Amino acid sequence: MKPLAISAFSVVSGLGHGRDAHAEALRSGRTGLARRDFETARLDGWIGVVEGIEALPWPAAFEGAAAFDCRNNRLAELALRSDGFGDHARRAAARYGADRVGVFLGTSTSGILQTELAYRRRDPVTGALPADLHYPETHNSFSAARYVRGALGLAGPAYVVSTACSSSAKVFAVAARLVALGIVDAAVVGGVDSLCMTTLHGFQALELISADICRPWDADRAGLSIGEAAAFALLECDPEQTAAWLLGAGESSDGHHMSSPHPEGAGAIAAMRAALADAGLQPGDVDYLNLHGTGTPNNDAAEDLAVNAVFGDRLPCSSTKGFTGHTLGAAGAVEAALSMLALQHGLAPAGLNLRRADPTLKARYLREPLRGPLSVVASNSFGFGGSNACLVLGSAMGAAR
Amino acid sequence: MSTLSVAIRGVGLLGPGLADWAGGAALLREPARWRRTATVVPAPARLQATERRRAGVVVKASIVVAEQAVAAAGLDAASLPTVFTSSTGEPANCHALCEALASSDRLVSPTRFTNSVHNAPAGYWHISAHSMQPSTSLCAYDASFSAGLLEAAAQCLSSGRPVLLVACDVPYPEPLHRVRPVADVFGLALLVAPIDGTASSRLATLALRVGTDAPATACDDAGFEELRRTIPAARALPLLQALAAQCSRRIVLEGLPGMALQLDLG
Repeated sequence: MKPLAISAFSVVSGLGHGRDAHAEALRSGRTGLARRDFETARLDGWIGVVEGIEALPWPAAFEGAAAFDCRNNRLAELALRSDGFGDHARRAAARYGADRVGVFLGTSTSGILQTELAYRRRDPVTGALPADLHYPETHNSFSAARYVRGALGLAGPAYVVSTACSSSAKVFAVAARLVALGIVDAAVVGGVDSLCMTTLHGFQALELISADICRPWDADRAGLSIGEAAAFALLECDPEQTAAWLLGAGESSDGHHMSSPHPEGAGAIAAMRAALADAGLQPGDVDYLNLHGTGTPNNDAAEDLAVNAVFGDRLPCSSTKGFTGHTLGAAGAVEAALSMLALQHGLAPAGLNLRRADPTLKARYLREPLRGPLSVVASNSFGFGGSNACLVLGSAMGAAR
Repeated sequence: MSTLSVAIRGVGLLGPGLADWAGGAALLREPARWRRTATVVPAPARLQATERRRAGVVVKASIVVAEQAVAAAGLDAASLPTVFTSSTGEPANCHALCEALASSDRLVSPTRFTNSVHNAPAGYWHISAHSMQPSTSLCAYDASFSAGLLEAAAQCLSSGRPVLLVACDVPYPEPLHRVRPVADVFGLALLVAPIDGTASSRLATLALRVGTDAPATACDDAGFEELRRTIPAARALPLLQALAAQCSRRIVLEGLPGMALQLDLG
């Protein structure tokens, strides 16, 4: 693909609000995870909770905004307010025309928490849900994109990609195609996934939650820690400023199993190779790889094989799930944001919580941050249903490429 | 405004009184012969027994229509990238999870949780087709079909390869049905391909333009119009009727406000 400029981005997670908080955490090795419960869910594990969601005065930003009030849209609103992202997007709308700016977001559960809570308040006689449940604006998968489109006053094409934990990596590919074809001039892409009962209890039922903090690439890793997060990026055909470049995107399916990765990482290999081919780059051109690295025994083992097949064992890589937890449908966009921070700050982050390296894993996993200029980084995102995506991002300095 | 021009090489259909595309196309041409009966979703042959037991209605209906479109185009299912679009996902599964999560023990079935992902139909399809091709699963509420068609056309033109588009919606059980009524199961699949080769390999060409504020084309027949308005995936009916009639026609498909899709069929 022709490189596409990323002119602005923002991120909100358990680490805090905005890019500075995240860059500081990557430098200092501070985790955003804590051992705590969520709502009425008693959890034997660690989670990444975004602070300030409940306290946010709900904005009447546009007509009908009141119905969108739910944890997921509040989380989206926090990320729109971070790093001046909303203002950047509104300026793009003014420049290109609101109908020339698309909104393509990833989420796995959107605002389903709202319906989960409503099911506790069903009418004892009729079984009906309470009248204050606004399904289209909160529960439906599209609600996240509809809220962001309304809040930013955008009028271009919009949809939600929901492919589990690869969702918000794939939206970068969606936007790149539509910009290249002239359907839009710019796009707000990103991911929003907030904590809810479905994922907390669902992953527990699958026995994929670690009682300990998640330890990607550790010999004793025992599963994931879940986090909530939102991240946005503004992609533009004719930017006034550039934060980074989208150089390529690769997508594939495992075609193997609904909830387990292909044991040799065949789908992951296909996605990484497709991303490199899309960027017109060789494996040796990549300086750092942000792994999917959830911390479950099987996921990390399969990804390690895949990384070695594509890049060999010299490429510095790490999982940032130890900072944010697994942010599910938001993970692709969150880790794209962390990868862009790595490019901007010349800092390949270390993977947190690694005590005892797994001798069977061969990738060059960073236990300490690696400082030095980075030109090209890649980021992996894999999800249930065997959905794989890999993004290749370039530093702003590479603008002349 | 850019135009995306693609060919349609195969169609799949399943809906109320519409068992498949072969029979359904005739009824779409002659609505007077159509009788509305509840959609019957057959078990797709390509799913193995275990998967057939685990899969919900949206998975089965999606795979049934996908099989029809792929067979009609004479293509290998394993070679096709896919776009799945649905407004509602798997409603019965969602209801069962919400009920379990509202109970005191909150015991969630691992299979139900796995099947709750919006890309469950895509996952089962690619497993059964042994396909490692890319797949995207979308939602745009009532505009989900037009979003899927835009995405499939964009992928097809970007890669220069055929793409399988599958749209399917399934009604929620109560109490969710009351907050999101969907009339019945409706699914369709389109094999979207680059315009190349001979005209005989395609049913029609589509020139697609995004962003008209013209009103959506309605179905002339009151019964089909009722389906179109009450099932998001059935918003495709005017396009399906034009494909069945093999005629050149301009159609406007419902999109987001001001973002309808204008289709010129050739």
